[in-house]
Amino acid sequence: MPDTAPTQIFHDSASDRTFRVKWYAGRVAIYGILALWTFISLFPIYWTISTSFKLAPDVMQGNMVPFVDFAPKWRGWSSLGLSPDTIGRESTVRAEFLARFVNSAVTALASSALAVALGSCAAYGLSRFRYRFGFMRNPDISFFFLSQLILPPVVLALPFLVLYRELGLLDTRIGLILLYTLTVLPIVIWIMRDQFASIPVELEEAAMVDGLSIWGAFLTIVLPIALPGIVAAFILCLVLTWNEYFFAALLTSTNAKTLPVMVASQTGSQGINWWSMAALSTAAILPLIVIGVMLEKYIIKGMSAGAVK
Amino acid sequence: MSADSHHEGDLLHVVTSDEISSGRRRLGRTLVWASFAVFAATFLAVAMQDSGRIALPFTTWRPALYAFLVFAVCLCAAQVILYGEKGKRSLFVLPAALFVVAMVVFPLIFAVSIAMSDWNLSSPDGQKFNGVENLRLMWHDPFYWNALRNMVWYTLAILVEYAIAFGLALILAGEIRARKFFRVAFLMPLMLSPVAVSWMIGKSMLETRFGPVARLARTLGWDDPSFFGSAEIARATIMAMDAWTFIPFLMIMLLAGLQAIPKEVQEAARVDGATGWRAFWEVTFPLMLPVSITAILIRIIFKLKLADIIINVTSGGPGGATDSVTSFIFREYRDRSNVGYGTMLALFYLVCIVAAITLFMKLVDRWMNPRY
Repeated sequence: MPDTAPTQIFHDSASDRTFRVKWYAGRVAIYGILALWTFISLFPIYWTISTSFKLAPDVMQGNMVPFVDFAPKWRGWSSLGLSPDTIGRESTVRAEFLARFVNSAVTALASSALAVALGSCAAYGLSRFRYRFGFMRNPDISFFFLSQLILPPVVLALPFLVLYRELGLLDTRIGLILLYTLTVLPIVIWIMRDQFASIPVELEEAAMVDGLSIWGAFLTIVLPIALPGIVAAFILCLVLTWNEYFFAALLTSTNAKTLPVMVASQTGSQGINWWSMAALSTAAILPLIVIGVMLEKYIIKGMSAGAVK
Repeated sequence: MSADSHHEGDLLHVVTSDEISSGRRRLGRTLVWASFAVFAATFLAVAMQDSGRIALPFTTWRPALYAFLVFAVCLCAAQVILYGEKGKRSLFVLPAALFVVAMVVFPLIFAVSIAMSDWNLSSPDGQKFNGVENLRLMWHDPFYWNALRNMVWYTLAILVEYAIAFGLALILAGEIRARKFFRVAFLMPLMLSPVAVSWMIGKSMLETRFGPVARLARTLGWDDPSFFGSAEIARATIMAMDAWTFIPFLMIMLLAGLQAIPKEVQEAARVDGATGWRAFWEVTFPLMLPVSITAILIRIIFKLKLADIIINVTSGGPGGATDSVTSFIFREYRDRSNVGYGTMLALFYLVCIVAAITLFMKLVDRWMNPRY
């Protein structure tokens, strides 16, 4: 047989070619969905931030893009006393805002720290030793802690209202801190139990052979290793306590009022004072947006703990 | 209260030589009982002063609180004195346990006593015991039952949230560019306070004249958009706002589950000829069941606390269509400051929740581990 002209042996069959088309179509659909959901997630935040720089006519005409549709003005921020021209002057609104901000920050940080301290110790104990408190064994004790998550705040709210009135803890930061600690404690234990279970016991055994006590080994060996988990639990607590509204609305009035209560009290009274509400909302959500962007890794780690065994 | 005396099966096994002298043992016991006696005496003294039998300079119940703190500290110290090294072990759990007992168990007992009384905080009469009268009132309160029914609707909406979150998690777990950017962007709604969301979305974006969503609705042909006008639409709007906040939460848990599935499993399925839809239903979805159930259970627990958005956007309206149990009790207190009735409603709600969740877990258990 004479040499034939080189012919192509392998052909893209018709089905292979449709596969490419299908693949591109799939990509377009996937990125379309991703873009749509990004828009849904971020637009309200964009809307709030941009509205805080708008004047009434801009709001009513539905202008969206700054510098193109409308000229950004500091009007909303100056009503809070936080714009460049008012920042140097005395402002009662700003003083009020800052007081609420400090209240929120103090209660959120203190209760998260307390919950992480109590919760990590408890989770460590439960992951390493067998306890017997009366009839309760380890699984019962764990369940006792975690079951607090089911308790809806409304069940505790009114009894605490009465109790705090009797104890003189109504409208104090310490009262809020105690309650917030209680609400986030189960979440800390949930995350930290997982975390400690993944640390090999041999580490502590080695440390104890070297002469450390149990608590010494816990504080100097185990805690540093578990630090990512602790940070994750702390951030998650911070998010929940910073945003908490229900208890704060019931239990605080003037001194210990937190930022969410302040935001809520403005919504009703001021009608559509859009710019100042937008500025206030922006100021209330900004710290957590920053935390979310910077520490996203830890938040995701915290929420994934316990999901996968 | 002690660590197990034999400490059988301690994961971290330590050999300790604890010789507790009888003097030390006596000291420990005395410490516990003496501090308990101080606590009980303080409590009684304040209680008697409160009921007007004796005159003391206390203005509040705080002395009882301080006495409890002293008792708690002494109890912890006594563990070490009484049991040595073993006592140090119980110190890990004891503070948290004492805290929860003081903050939950005691107030719950107190709640039962409040619930059985007619107690209006703004009237000077104080607490009047009235037995199960509140329960009878509750039985004939159509608005409370309406709120409970709404909670069922709100809970059912989790299925839709779950479907959306699963879809997003599947996409994020697939091969895409800029995964980290999308993850951060999708996470954002969860960071925001429900109160801010109420204003940002509920009050401003859904505003019927100028809100961007209303504008969009008009462009799409809904001439007279009103998001809180009719009962069904108002409820759906609240559901959508709550879903917006919490879909990231479900998504992240499901994403963690998806990433934990070994790649080999999916490759094996592909080799066996399972493609796309079938691979999902017959491989991925069954493997994801345990994670899904955990995620949904936690989501249900959070959903049952739903209140902030409702209180701030609709106050339960129109006509109670969007009321959740929590927002209903909140207004019951705000408008009538009736703690007794409100607490009874809350306790009944707690009983319903515990029953429902136990049932849910039993059903899931039966379904996951079928007994033939």
